[in-house]
Amino acid sequence: MNKKPAIQELVKGLWDENPVLVQLLGLCPALAVTVSAENGLAMGLAATFVLLCSSFLVSLFRKVIPSQVRIAAYIVIIATFVTIADRFLAAFVPDISKSLGPFIPLIIVNCMILGRQEAFASKNGIGRSLLDALGMGLGFTMTLLLLSSIREILGSGTWFGMQIMWKGFGWKVMVLPPGAFLALGCLIAGANWINSRRKA
Amino acid sequence: MNNTAKIIVVLTIISIISGGVLAVLDSFTRPRIEDYAEKVKNAAIYDVLPESVKVEVIKVKIDDEEREVYKAIKKNEVVAYAFQVSGSGFQSDLVLMVGVSPDFSELNSLKILSQMETPGLGTRIEEEWFIEQFKGLKLKPSVTYIKNAKPSKDNEIQAITGATISSAAIVDILNTEINKVRLAMNK
Repeated sequence: MNKKPAIQELVKGLWDENPVLVQLLGLCPALAVTVSAENGLAMGLAATFVLLCSSFLVSLFRKVIPSQVRIAAYIVIIATFVTIADRFLAAFVPDISKSLGPFIPLIIVNCMILGRQEAFASKNGIGRSLLDALGMGLGFTMTLLLLSSIREILGSGTWFGMQIMWKGFGWKVMVLPPGAFLALGCLIAGANWINSRRKA
Repeated sequence: MNNTAKIIVVLTIISIISGGVLAVLDSFTRPRIEDYAEKVKNAAIYDVLPESVKVEVIKVKIDDEEREVYKAIKKNEVVAYAFQVSGSGFQSDLVLMVGVSPDFSELNSLKILSQMETPGLGTRIEEEWFIEQFKGLKLKPSVTYIKNAKPSKDNEIQAITGATISSAAIVDILNTEINKVRLAMNK
């Protein structure tokens, strides 16, 4: 059923089917944690780790899991890897763990991850599922990094904690929730604009 | 195997494996996580006390709850006390470590152990200039705050613009919680 070259599965997540900008999935963490570039990157990588591991297992067991309880099975698998990521961050990078707060445990209900299991990993082989997960994860991470960089630079005048604007600069609204909506709205508008020009 | 049995078996196996993996993970991350919390607390105790002191732990009973107070001793004399206090901030609980003079009249220093205030606004209570203001602050008659001006009295601090409620919450915790410890210790 799948005639596309395997590399397509990796590349599509980066732009054409970017989870945040095109599919509008996983917006809760994309809006909530992107107050600093460091947080955005950590959240992106944690979600990518969970997505890769979950897709691998779901694809591996796709013929064993009865379809009536597939969502329950996916959730248990996802929750296990989220807990691993959460404990790992708390043990080895406690500062980042502290600033991400409850959003790491909330990866469990990130619709991007559940969506990929349901739409892809449960129907495709391990190789393709891993490529798909990696592509989607990287697309998610890149978008979060971009969004959080914009918010941190405009809101606090810093990037990864380094002062890059003059001292005292800071457009406070950008680090508050409204700033997340403003920045994400502009990013999605930009992505749509580029796509419409590419098609034309 | 009929379908119902299959559902039960598959979900049970997945859950057992998941539980097992997490138990193993917990056994080697838990000590690190607890060590870190302990380290943060211990560092804070020395941060809020005067330099080069010996610390003794004493237990104080407040509202039927046993709390630890850290007594700082220098040349056989008590030079300060440190203890943890907490209260509500704007949207989260604030946990502070405070160091006070032996007669509880003056704050030696203060350190924020945990807070989840509004990012970019309330979280500024961790900024150095704000925390600096609490060094040597008089606790009597009570601590007060002022907005948009340099503090003029020795029991006054300047609140953070845009984070008045978080600033006021710290002042409030100092006034009520330190007093509780003072009364419990009959000072």
